[in-house]
Amino acid sequence: MPLLEVSGLSKRYRRGDTLVSAVDDVSFTIAAAETLALVGPSGSGKSTIARLVTRLIEPDAGTILFEGTDLRGLKPSALRAMRGRLQIVFQNPLAALNPRATVGRVIDDPLKIHTGFSRGERRSRVASLLERVRLDPALASRPIHEISGGQRQRVAIARALASSPTLIVLDEAVSALDVSVRAEILQLLKRIQRETRVAYLFITHDLGVVRAAADRVAILDGGKIVESGIATEVVSNPQSAIGKALVAAAPRLPRG
Amino acid sequence: MTVLAQLQRFGVSYSRDRAVAPALADVDLDLKAGEKLAIIGESGSGKSTIALALAGLLPSEAKLTGSLVWPGYPDRPPRAGRDIGFVFQDPGGSLNPVFTIGNTIAEVVQVNRSVDWHAALQAAHELIDRVRLPDPELIARSYPHQLSGGQRQRVAIAAAIAGRPLLLIADEATSALDTIVQAEIVALIRSLVEADGMTLLFISHDIALAASLADRIAVLRSGRLVECGDTRTIIQEPKDAYTKQLLRAHLAVEA
Ligand SMILES: Nc1ncnc2c1ncn2[C@@H]1O[C@H](COP(=O)(O)OP(=O)(O)OP(=O)(O)O)[C@@H](O)[C@H]1O
Ligand SMILES: Nc1ncnc2c1ncn2[C@@H]1O[C@H](COP(=O)(O)OP(=O)(O)OP(=O)(O)O)[C@@H](O)[C@H]1O
Ligand SMILES: [Mg+2]
Ligand SMILES: [Mg+2]
Repeated sequence: MPLLEVSGLSKRYRRGDTLVSAVDDVSFTIAAAETLALVGPSGSGKSTIARLVTRLIEPDAGTILFEGTDLRGLKPSALRAMRGRLQIVFQNPLAALNPRATVGRVIDDPLKIHTGFSRGERRSRVASLLERVRLDPALASRPIHEISGGQRQRVAIARALASSPTLIVLDEAVSALDVSVRAEILQLLKRIQRETRVAYLFITHDLGVVRAAADRVAILDGGKIVESGIATEVVSNPQSAIGKALVAAAPRLPRG
Repeated sequence: MTVLAQLQRFGVSYSRDRAVAPALADVDLDLKAGEKLAIIGESGSGKSTIALALAGLLPSEAKLTGSLVWPGYPDRPPRAGRDIGFVFQDPGGSLNPVFTIGNTIAEVVQVNRSVDWHAALQAAHELIDRVRLPDPELIARSYPHQLSGGQRQRVAIAAAIAGRPLLLIADEATSALDTIVQAEIVALIRSLVEADGMTLLFISHDIALAASLADRIAVLRSGRLVECGDTRTIIQEPKDAYTKQLLRAHLAVEA
């Protein structure tokens, strides 16, 4: 049984008197310990899928089974328990995290809600999570709005890891990190995946990240999946028009 | 080229606590009028701090050392929102949630170009189109929360260039955009600089993207300027170990 099974998912948004189709009949699965990358042009529906999968918004059509259960039927208490196992890192961490909360508090919250650790255990967990995302544990006392953009992205990742989830949806979660920090974060996520069999739905515009981090990739265009396959194969030899265009437009260093 | 802004032994400390290292220290850097200067560097190295300092947008408790002068503007430094267009790293923050996109951009146009509201709205639609947003009419009627992350980044760029600023500061302005739109935005920014004589400060963690746009690249590490020079020189003969490491890591990703 796949960890996540999405079928026939559709979502339209109302904007004034216009209906905007954001996701149109999308189906995919993710197994435990697997990473599926979702790529596609801006506005193609990636973040909408992220919000649907984590049940922050309701689909117009389709089903989402997480650990074999349709979350739609769950009671609030069961849904809350499930939230610890299904985490999301939002595309815009400043909007998603309370800017006045301290870094320590932001990471401690999920520990408090989803684990039985004592206060002392939680404090050392927060410090070790910060170290794992290559941040100085001294940042714990700093409010979110007083750290840099890339530091915020790493705090959001540490928060998502805190409750030992089985699936993490990462929406452009490493977009503001330079290659060296990014490579370390990707390695960290892989290591945790080997240890805990966590699965990732990895939304990114960066094809280097797809190649480095994903097992499989699905390319989205206009709310539909237009191509999918083994990540390295699709990135080196895309078949769809949009896949080809995305690869061709990637910035390269001038040489010679 | 004349110097637009000059940083000398410039430093910024956010904290009064002496144990906390300053966000910027001892930075000597000239921003020349009409140039495209990129700032690259690791997360937390001080890139956004330089940008905020130039725009006069640092929080009031930040302590500045050294000097920041605008030689052509002895009486009054250029101001953010008027002479300086600023695309913030977190685009959500710069857009007013209760205004439609069309009104937000039209307001910047009106403030800066003394045209009537109808003409300002017209200009807003054109700007939305220039940043490659589909269906400008629909986007203009939308609110920020109704747009995707990349669409909001493009709206922020449109709003920043709407006033035809003297200086455009773009802080990770294309970081979450797909490669196709990113290439189009880079071309748009280049044409604005070349046609309108605008100066550009382009902040990016991506050395290849910076190299594709900038005349010069400045490299920051832990709040210090470790290297600054022509793009060609930085890419082909980097001197600093961190610059070399960035290049190596990038080539490994490209391969
Ligand atoms: N308002 C603030 N108060 C206190 N410290 C701050 C504040 N803003 C930034 N800092 C700290 O100053 C340092 C430089 O931050 P800055 O935002 O300039 O980095 P950056 O190079 O833009 O990083 P990134 O690539 O992650 O956006 C960081 O250590 C950061 O935590
Ligand atoms: N709350 C909303 N109300 C109305 N329309 C919306 C809303 N959220 C998203 N949309 C629209 O739905 C479409 C898909 O948006 P989504 O955020 O899923 O795109 P995305 O693939 O994540 O794009 P990006 O790469 O730019 O973040 C876009 O056309 C967007 O404008
Ligand atoms: Mg998105
Ligand atoms: Mg920054």
